[in-house]
Amino acid sequence: MAHSEDVDHTAHGQSMGLLRVLGPAHVWALGVGIVLVGEYMGWNFAVGKGGAYAALIACWFAGILYSCVAMIDSEVTSTVAAAGGQYTQAKHIIGPLMAFNVGLYLVFAYTMLEAGNAITLGFLVDTVAAMTGHEGGLDQRPFIVLAIMFLAWLNYRGVLATLTFNLVITAFAFTAIIVMFLATSPLLGAGEMLHKDLMSGQASLPYGWLGILAAMHFGLWYYLGIEGTTQAAEEVRSPARSLPFGTLAGIMTLLIAATLTWYVCSGLLPWEYLGDGVNGAVAPLFSAAQISGSNALVWLLGIGTLFATLASANGCINDASRAWFSMGRDHYLPAWFGAVHPVYRTPYRAIIFLVPIALIFALGAPLDQVITFSILSGLLGYTFMPINMIMFRKKWPLDTIKRGYEHPLHPLPAISLMALCAVTYFAVFLGYGTQLIAMIGFYIVVSLWFHFWRYRFVKRADQFTMPWPRPRGY
Amino acid sequence: MARYIPPVQSKLGQIIDVIVLVVLSVGALFVPLWLGLAGSAKLPVPVENPTWESLGQNPVMVQQWNKLGFPDAASAHDMITARYDYSFSWMALAVMVIVIVGYFVMMIRLSDKEYREVIAEKFGEK
Repeated sequence: MAHSEDVDHTAHGQSMGLLRVLGPAHVWALGVGIVLVGEYMGWNFAVGKGGAYAALIACWFAGILYSCVAMIDSEVTSTVAAAGGQYTQAKHIIGPLMAFNVGLYLVFAYTMLEAGNAITLGFLVDTVAAMTGHEGGLDQRPFIVLAIMFLAWLNYRGVLATLTFNLVITAFAFTAIIVMFLATSPLLGAGEMLHKDLMSGQASLPYGWLGILAAMHFGLWYYLGIEGTTQAAEEVRSPARSLPFGTLAGIMTLLIAATLTWYVCSGLLPWEYLGDGVNGAVAPLFSAAQISGSNALVWLLGIGTLFATLASANGCINDASRAWFSMGRDHYLPAWFGAVHPVYRTPYRAIIFLVPIALIFALGAPLDQVITFSILSGLLGYTFMPINMIMFRKKWPLDTIKRGYEHPLHPLPAISLMALCAVTYFAVFLGYGTQLIAMIGFYIVVSLWFHFWRYRFVKRADQFTMPWPRPRGY
Repeated sequence: MARYIPPVQSKLGQIIDVIVLVVLSVGALFVPLWLGLAGSAKLPVPVENPTWESLGQNPVMVQQWNKLGFPDAASAHDMITARYDYSFSWMALAVMVIVIVGYFVMMIRLSDKEYREVIAEKFGEK
């Protein structure tokens, strides 16, 4: 097992490795499971920022961005079969400080997404209670706490059960979107889609072309997290085959789900309601089901939303804990976090430590702020990827390391990804510039803290664990 | 190259390091919230005595609003008229670009310095 010789054997559980038990279906379930909730909530803030057409254009451009992410990630990760995903890639290709930052991007993107999932779950329970006759509103906090605690416990107990659970509930949630589309579209259903009337006049592009740019901010939410498949690299039986297969199948699934979701929701809900994810359509597919008049669809999409939030939070706990664990194992963080459970073979200390962090955000911040925080961390990670890819090909050309997958048209995907990231920074700047600056400020401060303080506790050569030749130019 | 032997960090030092990270990360989200600087300027633009027509809603839109539990224009007024304010100063945009580019340049340069040490110790001096 990679790294097993590097860990501190004196601490409990640290001499063990993670268990290799996962197949390509689990990789698909991890990636799609994390992301599919993006179709059930959050993407509709893009409608609020630019209108329904803008959200569709953002959906497709974000789809291009994530196709580039999936291709780049698949090539690099097919050679880096270790937990930590992009963190481990950065450590081997760019350097320790970049790796530390990428590790934090991953932890915060996933922990914030987990918090967003828990907020949505609380809202859903409250709505169902109101629909079944409860008056006065429910206290959502116990449900938020219980959901996060239950999923953390599941993750603590073992990765195979965790991701098998994800596979089942993710498949259900995806099927629910397909059924909703078929039941409401003219293909098989009543044909009650109202796009022409709901998107006419001022509703077509309420902010003009600037709104299309602005919508890219939340357009990322349709797919954010698909790159998390790489976190399973150390627990997959055949990483060179399973990771590219699971990741690329995942992005195709999401492109279909995102487009169908947009079609159904924008064809039933006025854009102002759809675009208000705090007071209006918190869970837009569920809202669309409610307005369709079908009780069966309401229950189906209600359960679909519940399952999507659980699957996503579940995958987020899995991925954030692997990134935190990997940084602890390399002493980027206290080595105590680098322990593996002696029985369940999971990074249990990292799992437990991140529970209260997720709860702080789930109980104390509004949904759009939590989502923005997650998107910003994800966006910084996507900005790293083209730099990483170009350096990877430069330091280890194709004839020096055998890849399980070689992405085509290099460097076009890397350049496209960088350009789309630049557009998205501008989109975030439009309306959420303060958070953007606060976030970058945070990463600058922790980078200086790492370089001038924390890095002194890190062994130098032990960080490079891949059986690769010396990089060219070094 | 001589092998670098890192110092052993005390337990208290490890705990302090974790606390520093947690405080910084929580602060990055909550300080803008507490200072009232977070979030967009999405505010309703008041319309006197609103009607569905004056809010730009056609009959199909009105029908959907009614189904959503908004019986009249006044009840949906705030949601329909809320708009983001996308006005910005070029100076603010320039500051954002400088901050982001500066952050990545700083990180790649410092990373490269650390990386050269790693490679030299792993593969030996060239």
